[in-house]
Amino acid sequence: MGKPENDAGSGRSRLEKEEGRGTVSRRDFLRVAALAGGTVFLGTAADAEALHDLSGWPDRMGMLTDLTECVGCRTCESACNAANRLPAPEIPFDEKSVFDQKRRPTASAYTVVNRYEGPKSSGNPVYRKVQCNHCEEPSCAAACPVKAYTKTPEGPVLYDKDLCFGCRYCMVACPFYAPAYDYDSALEPRVVKCTMCHGKVKAGGIPACAGACPVGAVTFGKRKDLMKVARDRIRKYPERYVDQIYGEFEAGGTGWIYLSGVPFGELDFPTKLPGKPIVENTKGFLSAVPLVLTLWPALLGVCYAANRNKEEKE
Amino acid sequence: MKTDYLVKADTYPARILDKLTMGMPLSEYARKLVTPFNVVAVIILSLGLPLIGLRFWKGLAVVTHASNEYPWSILLGWGLFSGVPLSATGYVMATAVYIFGFKKYHPLVRLGVLTGFMGYLFAVIYLLIDIGRPWRIYYPMAVSFGPTSVLFLVAWHVATYLTVQLLEFSPAILEWLNARRTRRWAILITVAMTIAGVILSTLHQSALGALFLMAPGKLHPLWYSAFIPVFFFISSIYAGFCMVIAVSTVASRYLRDKADGQFLTSLDGLTVGLGKAACVVMFVYFALRVIGVAHDDNWALLGTSYGYWFLVEVLLFVLVPCIVLTAGVKRNDARIVRAGAFHAIAGVILTRLNVSILMFNWNLPGHFQAIVPPVREVFIVASIIMLHILIFRWILNRMPVMREDPDYPEEHP
Repeated sequence: MGKPENDAGSGRSRLEKEEGRGTVSRRDFLRVAALAGGTVFLGTAADAEALHDLSGWPDRMGMLTDLTECVGCRTCESACNAANRLPAPEIPFDEKSVFDQKRRPTASAYTVVNRYEGPKSSGNPVYRKVQCNHCEEPSCAAACPVKAYTKTPEGPVLYDKDLCFGCRYCMVACPFYAPAYDYDSALEPRVVKCTMCHGKVKAGGIPACAGACPVGAVTFGKRKDLMKVARDRIRKYPERYVDQIYGEFEAGGTGWIYLSGVPFGELDFPTKLPGKPIVENTKGFLSAVPLVLTLWPALLGVCYAANRNKEEKE
Repeated sequence: MKTDYLVKADTYPARILDKLTMGMPLSEYARKLVTPFNVVAVIILSLGLPLIGLRFWKGLAVVTHASNEYPWSILLGWGLFSGVPLSATGYVMATAVYIFGFKKYHPLVRLGVLTGFMGYLFAVIYLLIDIGRPWRIYYPMAVSFGPTSVLFLVAWHVATYLTVQLLEFSPAILEWLNARRTRRWAILITVAMTIAGVILSTLHQSALGALFLMAPGKLHPLWYSAFIPVFFFISSIYAGFCMVIAVSTVASRYLRDKADGQFLTSLDGLTVGLGKAACVVMFVYFALRVIGVAHDDNWALLGTSYGYWFLVEVLLFVLVPCIVLTAGVKRNDARIVRAGAFHAIAGVILTRLNVSILMFNWNLPGHFQAIVPPVREVFIVASIIMLHILIFRWILNRMPVMREDPDYPEEHP
């Protein structure tokens, strides 16, 4: 579209509009009025619909952990440690005694694998890999007062240590207990969590843990494709999986999704999370803020005016 | 000696020294400082302050129970979440007197505003110890904005309100310094600052509760409520009234010579009046807490052990002090009102600790071991409380807070 053409076009349309003003605009007015009226009455329903429409970055990547495949070898932990140049662990990666207690990601481990007693019938243990879930609408990002978190178009949720002042509200807000904090650092503490190997992903590679897994329990791909893969597996092997993809809806959906053979609650997955982004819970409060800012001065000013000359009776 | 002092006070540094030593010669002032209370204070400070140094040398891990699961320890549970509602004194008193025209409470306004200002100042001090890089504390205001965050709002409001309260209290400082002209300006902005104070307080008192709206599933459902911002705001109002009662009780007992006749003679009557305001607000608050249970249909949870704890909080620490206050008001007995006020304050602290620490992560294994603060953290908190009291006393001793300066007769904006 060149400039001259554009000018001519707009000139013509102005002419048309002027011709039609008497008839069309009344109809338009009625239509707009009806829409406005409808919005007033159906306001909440329309809002809710709009919120569900927030579908996020279209080609964001995700991860699928199939807990039925995981053998607890901790190769992913070791690969993650190497890829992110983290300090060597206190207990070596081939030492099974770490499974004696439940661990969580820490300032020196982005991901950990925990062992759970499996179903009585099989007698086999179940392993669960834990790390940041890279939520579709991350609570940590919504909670951060300095916007140190970003949901990247590629999918990973990233943290910027150069903005963070260490309030740790992200850790309060994360429903998955994913972010860890460097409590031992006196002057340069950071929040630490999985980056889904953002650098590699952006360069077209795959995250270290997915690349290292010898049994294919961790799959990397576009989230929408992984959802299909997960659904296909449940459909093909209904006896193998519980009929749920964890992370499809939890806290508004997570970038990292899970399949399991035992109910997720038995593996310490939080199961009572809202099926919408947690930040929705604060929206009512935050939308009241401008109202207070505008209404209070007026109301209090009136109170002051009414009382300023009042004589004390008592 | 009197003439000596007059001659000395002629030079500028001597005049300043005179202000600081309250007109006493240095030797006499130093002698008066040796009291049993001050000895205890020095012991507590000498234990606690080095531990604050330790936090900036070895990290938070060495001094608090904070962990990856429990990011906030009693430094914030006490210092911020309990400290801020107990500092609602400034806005409730200024609003009552300057906006709603309850002018007879004027003798208590400055005490209320000072209590509020000091409370916020120390809330920030607790925060500066707790946050990872305290020199970045202005980042939400200047470097990077996170407007979706409730904490962003809290940061802005606490910073602004601290300034507002300093301005509200500035007439007392300026009278102390004999800065007559500047003081006139400070008086002029009283009403504007009071209204600003109410707006800011409404929003950040409630925002401290709203922070926890981001933690469904972590905070026990009896405490997690969509109404939590309203709970926090309404309870801050009666916390403010009760703290004015408590602070004026203690100050008029131990610093009696710093209060004028009007303050001391009117205090009992005003205490009953504040008690009346507090108990009305407390009945509203109690009703709201009951509605909170009904709204989420959490009645069944009241039969669990957490439910019993909830009942302890809401019955023994809200309803009972409210009834005590009401009885005191009905009998016009300031002593009963004072007892009720101290009880109600304990209740506000309990509520805030319940939300921020005791009932947070209630379903994690080993929860009750995890929340016990280490001795070091207790000493840090104790030393900051002591510092708070010492500075508060320092100001009450010098500035016209519980008395009117005869040079500056009462003015109403």
